[in-house]
Order: sequence, then structure tokens, then C-alpha cells
Amino acid sequence: MYAQALTEEVLVDGIHDMGGTEGWGAVTIPIDEPVFAEPWEAKAFAFGALSARLSGQNLDAMRHAIDRQHPYDYLVDGYYGRWLACVETMLVDSGVLAPGAVVARARTLRGEAVGEPPDPPVDKPDYQPTAAGSLRDVDTDPRFAVGDRVRARSHGPAGHTRLPRYTRGHVGTVSAVQPAQVLPDTHAHFVAENAQHVYAVGFDATELWGDGAESFTLTIDLYDDYLEPE
Amino acid sequence: MTAVPRPHDHPDVALRAEALESLLLERGLIDPKVIDGLINRYENDVGPLNGAKVVAKAWTEPDYRQRLLEDGTAAVAELGYSGPQGEHIEVLENTAQVHNVVVCTLCSCYPWPLLGLPPSWYKDPAYRSRIVREPRKVLGEMGLTLDDDTDVRVWDSSSEVRYFVLPDRPEGTSGLSEEALAALVTREAMVGVARVKLP
Repeated sequence: MYAQALTEEVLVDGIHDMGGTEGWGAVTIPIDEPVFAEPWEAKAFAFGALSARLSGQNLDAMRHAIDRQHPYDYLVDGYYGRWLACVETMLVDSGVLAPGAVVARARTLRGEAVGEPPDPPVDKPDYQPTAAGSLRDVDTDPRFAVGDRVRARSHGPAGHTRLPRYTRGHVGTVSAVQPAQVLPDTHAHFVAENAQHVYAVGFDATELWGDGAESFTLTIDLYDDYLEPE
Repeated sequence: MTAVPRPHDHPDVALRAEALESLLLERGLIDPKVIDGLINRYENDVGPLNGAKVVAKAWTEPDYRQRLLEDGTAAVAELGYSGPQGEHIEVLENTAQVHNVVVCTLCSCYPWPLLGLPPSWYKDPAYRSRIVREPRKVLGEMGLTLDDDTDVRVWDSSSEVRYFVLPDRPEGTSGLSEEALAALVTREAMVGVARVKLP
């Protein structure tokens, strides 16, 4: 199940990639918003914080699990609904819970007499991180230097990625060499850490949005694999 | 791993959370004390006051400000602030000429050790989608008007680097103590969607 070649089944160039999408309306700041609006949100947060440990996975797999939720639920269930869904997904993927176990238990809790699926065999990924966290030391010199012009690849990703659609194919300038990190695109799928240099790349707004754009610079951290020299 | 198809039976989130908790407790996979500890920590102990103290110290001590801009992670650790979602902190200085504002378009990445958990507006679609496309308009709607010749820089937090804005110190605060200064600094100012104002 894990550490295999990526297949079409993991295509998720989906709703989570929101940069530049339109129609969402005004940003409203609630006054005195509590950290958790409901007790269940607090629980969802705590389960999410423990999800990598419970499932034997990692932070990148967690984000990938959030991104794989159905777009309707991604929006309608709200932020902590996404956390809840990702925990379910990770636990099912790792064989800690059966598919449908949560729904069956929910139905039981609301008084329906339903059978619950038996626990599956545990199937956690054959994966051990080489260090805590995402930062790594990399022996090779960075491919790019501050001031270099780079183009973000236009790849349709085969799975998880941190290269948003609004930057793909566009040309920017390296403004900083950031700490090297594991590559989410492979780390989320337990294929490899692929630790590599990361660059802060500045894009002029007109490059991203056309001549009529406001005047600003958009800077984003892009992993080495996402970039080609320009 | 497949994308999760939308199930036709999709019980409400609160009930699913209860169901998940019940399953995990039954199997001995979670310790309720650990759950409560995590919730308590992020409800009560880790929040924007941490970042406000960093800002106030930077405003009062030029040496600290310098260290903060050179190595944010180490400088905030001097005050005891470190932990999840703070592996590498980079501090962006707002001035009269340069205005920085931070987002995570792909999810909700946010410097937890300094600001706690992010507020709903930061995680919702309107901010995530629009701040990288029309920042001046969005900031104007949020009450912050910037001059045409201000250099506006939007930062999308796509890696594990966490961006933190050091707001510009407002006029008329020279007599204030560090504590009083910290009380003025809002989380909105430390994300870059507002300036620090006198009450």
C-alpha cells in the first residue's frame, strides 16, 4: 500500500489550492472569537495533533489527507471538520480503524442498531523519519542563488504538492535560500524524504495576474524540484 | 490511496468527533489526560500575547531587534517560545515604506508558538484566495489603507518556514513600558492585516 509508484488514484489537485480563486466575498474578522467554537472542535484539534503518531505517518501525509476530502465536505464541514476527516483518513489508511468504522459508531451513538466493521489488520507505512521535524541538512550546494531568475514548473502533480496552481509556469526571482527540508511530494507518500534546498521566490503581481494587477510582490517558498532555471 | 468519495451517509461533524473519540478510547489509543492537556495548552497557554512580547522587546531593545531579524527562531526562543509550527521562524519588518502580509493559501500554516492557533478568517477561503491576488483591496476592506508607493509584499507559507510580522511602532508610544507596548500589539498586526494603533 505504501512506498509504491504513485498512480492516478492519488490525483488531488483540488479545492484546497485556493490562491487566486475568485468569488469568495469579503474577509470578515469575528470579534472575540474563541479558540474552539465547540468542544468537538477542540477534540478534533487534539486528534489531529496526535494523528501522525497514531497512524505512523507524518505531517505531509496529514496535509495530503486533508486535501483528499471531498470538496463539498472540505467547505461545509469547516476547518476542524477537515481535521476530523484527515484523522479518519489517516487511521483508515494505516489500518488502525476500518473504513466506515467512524460512521457506524456515529450511527450507533444516534440510536441506530448497526453492525460495526471488524478491525482490519494494522498496516502502517514502512517508514521511519531520519530526524524530527521537516528541516534537514543537505550536502550539495544550492542550485540557485539570490537574484537568480527561476520558473516554477507547470507540472500537474501526481500526488501531494506544495506548488500552488497560481504560481505554475511563472517566472520569479530568488530572494533567499531557505533551510533545506523534506520534499512533501514524496514524503507524504512515504516514498522518500528527498531533502532538498528551498528558495523564497518573489513574483511580480503582473506576472501572476496580468497587466491590470495591483502593485505588489508575492513571495513563496518553493522546493528545488519545483524550479527550473530561466 | 484514493481520494475519499463523498459518502451518502455523512453524519454531522460533532457526532463523528464523538464517534472517533469513542473508538480511540475503547482501543486504548488515546489518553484523555493527553487530549485535555493539548486542548488546554492551545486554549490558554499559547497565544498572540507571546508574539506581542517579542514585538515589544524588539521595539525597546535595538540589539534584540537585530537578533530577531537575523535569526527569528533563536531570538524568540530566548523568551521561551518554540514548538510545533515554529521550526523555522522568519521575521518580516513592516516600516513606513514596506508592508508585509502573510497567508497560507494551501491550508492554514501559522507560527503557533508566537500567535497560537490561527483565527477563522485566516483559514477561510476569502482570505486565502484573495490576499495573493488583490492584497491592497483586501487590506482596505479590512480597514488598512496603504499608500500607492508603499512596497506591498505578500508571503505564502508553503514550506515549514513560518513568517511573523514585526509591525511598525506607532507614534506617541515612547514613554510606554514593554508590558504596555505588548498590550497594544494585536494578532492582526503580527499577520500584517492591521497596524498597531493607540487605544
